[in-house]
Amino acid sequence: MSSEIISEIRRDYIVNLLKEGKRTDGRGVADFRDIKFEVGLIESADGSAKVSLGETTVIAGVKILPGTPFPDTPNSGVLTTGAELIPMAHASFESGPPGEDAIELARVVDRGIRESGMIDVQKLCITPGQEVWMCYIDIYVIDYCGNLFDACNLAAVLAIKNAIVPAEQYGKGENYPMPVTCTPISVTAAKIGKDLILDPNFDEEHIANARLTIATDDDGNFRAMQKGGQGSITLDELSSCLDMAVETGIKIRKIIG
Amino acid sequence: MSGHSDIVLVDEKGIRIDGRTAEEHRAVKIEAGVLKNADGSAYVEIGKNKVLAAVYGPRECHPRHLQNPTKAIVQCKYNMEAYSVGDRKRPGTDRRSIEISKITAEALENVILTGLYPRASIDVYIEILQANAGTRCAGLTAASVALADAGIPMRDIIPAMAAGKADGHVLLDLNKEEDNYGQADVPLAIVPSTEEIVLLQMDGNMTREEFDHAIEMAVGGCKELYALQKDALQRRYTVDGEEDDSDEQ
Repeated sequence: MSSEIISEIRRDYIVNLLKEGKRTDGRGVADFRDIKFEVGLIESADGSAKVSLGETTVIAGVKILPGTPFPDTPNSGVLTTGAELIPMAHASFESGPPGEDAIELARVVDRGIRESGMIDVQKLCITPGQEVWMCYIDIYVIDYCGNLFDACNLAAVLAIKNAIVPAEQYGKGENYPMPVTCTPISVTAAKIGKDLILDPNFDEEHIANARLTIATDDDGNFRAMQKGGQGSITLDELSSCLDMAVETGIKIRKIIG
Repeated sequence: MSGHSDIVLVDEKGIRIDGRTAEEHRAVKIEAGVLKNADGSAYVEIGKNKVLAAVYGPRECHPRHLQNPTKAIVQCKYNMEAYSVGDRKRPGTDRRSIEISKITAEALENVILTGLYPRASIDVYIEILQANAGTRCAGLTAASVALADAGIPMRDIIPAMAAGKADGHVLLDLNKEEDNYGQADVPLAIVPSTEEIVLLQMDGNMTREEFDHAIEMAVGGCKELYALQKDALQRRYTVDGEEDDSDEQ
C-alpha cells in the first residue's frame, strides 16, 4: 500500500516471533483483529457503514441514482466501486487522483461483490433497455493500519446490505431494500519468509513478500482472488490459504450477521 | 440564495423548520483524538453535518519550493466524500473545495505560532462525511481542535459559525433549507480571546442593520462553540478513567 520502510530490528523481531507462531500484537497466525462496525451513520447516503479492523478504519457509502444501462446489459443495474486513500489516513498517502494502490484496492473489492452476485442487478432495472439504477460504492480509508482489502470489503458489504433503493425520491415507485443474495467475505493472507498470517497489520504488511486475497460466498465457494507483492506462493501455501479463507469467512459472517 | 421560496422557513412565532429560534445553533458534538495515525484529529457534528479533521506535522514540507525559511506553512485540504450530499459528488478537488481549503488554511495560520517551525509544513485534512449547510465552519471548527490535539502551539482555538437571512429573519447557523431558499449566508470565524475575525464570507442580500445583527449573532455562536471545543479537549486529556472511556472510539 505504501513504500514505508520498516527497520531491520523490527523486521527481525517480527520474523523471529513468527518462528514460534506468535505475532507482535499477541494474535495467532490465523487470527483476525477485532471487527467493529456501525451501519447507516451517513444519512445523506442510501447505505453506509464504518468498519474498524483493529485500528484500521474505513467508511463506505452507497449512492443509488437512475441512469442508462450499458448496451450489452440493457436490463441490469450498474455497479461502480471506488476507493480513496486520503492523506488523513496515513502520512504516506497523498491527495490527488487515485494511484495504482487505490485502484487495485477498489477493483479487488469490486470483484468480490460483483463476481459473487451479491447484488441481484436484474432487480435494479427500472425500464428495460432504458433506465436502470446506478449503484456507486465509495470507500474512504480514514485510518490505515494494515489490511485495507478486508476492511474495505467488509465496509462495502455492510453498506450495501444497509442500502435502500431511493425509488420514491425519483418518482420510480416505492423504495425497496437493495436486492442482496449473499455475503461475500474476503480474507487476506500475507507471506513473511515461509510463514503465512491472516489479516496483516501495518508492519507485517510492509515486510511481507506476497499477499493473497480470497473472497468466498455463503456456500464457501471461491468468487474472487488477487495475489499481490513480488514474492511467490507455493501450491501448498495456496491450499492452506483457501482453507483459512473458508473457515475465517464463516467466522466473520457470524460477527457481521 | 435564490431568495424566492414557497416553503415557510420561519413561522409567525419566529420558530424555524427544525424547531430552533433565530438565535439558536444546531446541536453540536465534538470529540478530539479520534484517529490513530494522525498527529491530531477531531470529529465534529453540527446538526446533520458530520466532519472529520486530521493534522499531520510539523513535518518536512513537500513540495520543497513551498518551504518558507522563516516559518512553517499551513496546508489545508477540504474534501467532500462522494456520498456526503444529495446527489453523488464526483470524487476529487473542485474549485469550491480549493477556495474553502485556502481560506481555512489562512484562518488557521493566523493563530498557529508558525515562526517556531521554519521550513516545515503543518498539514490539515478536512473530510466532510455528511453535508447539511455550514461545512466550511464545521471543518474549521474541527481543524482547530485537531491542531490543539496535535500539540501545535497556537494563540487560541478558532470556532466558526455562520449567520444568515431567511424569510426576512436574521438567523444563526443556517440549515440546508435555509441556506438553499434563504436570502443571505455569512460564515464567520473569530479568535475568541481578541474577537479578531479570521474568516468572513458573505453572499446574498442584507441591509446594514441585518448584517450587523448577523455578525453579532455569529460571534455569539462562535463563543458558545469555543466552550464546546475546549470541553472536548479537556475530556480527551482528562486522566479520570470513567470520563476517558467515553472518548475512545
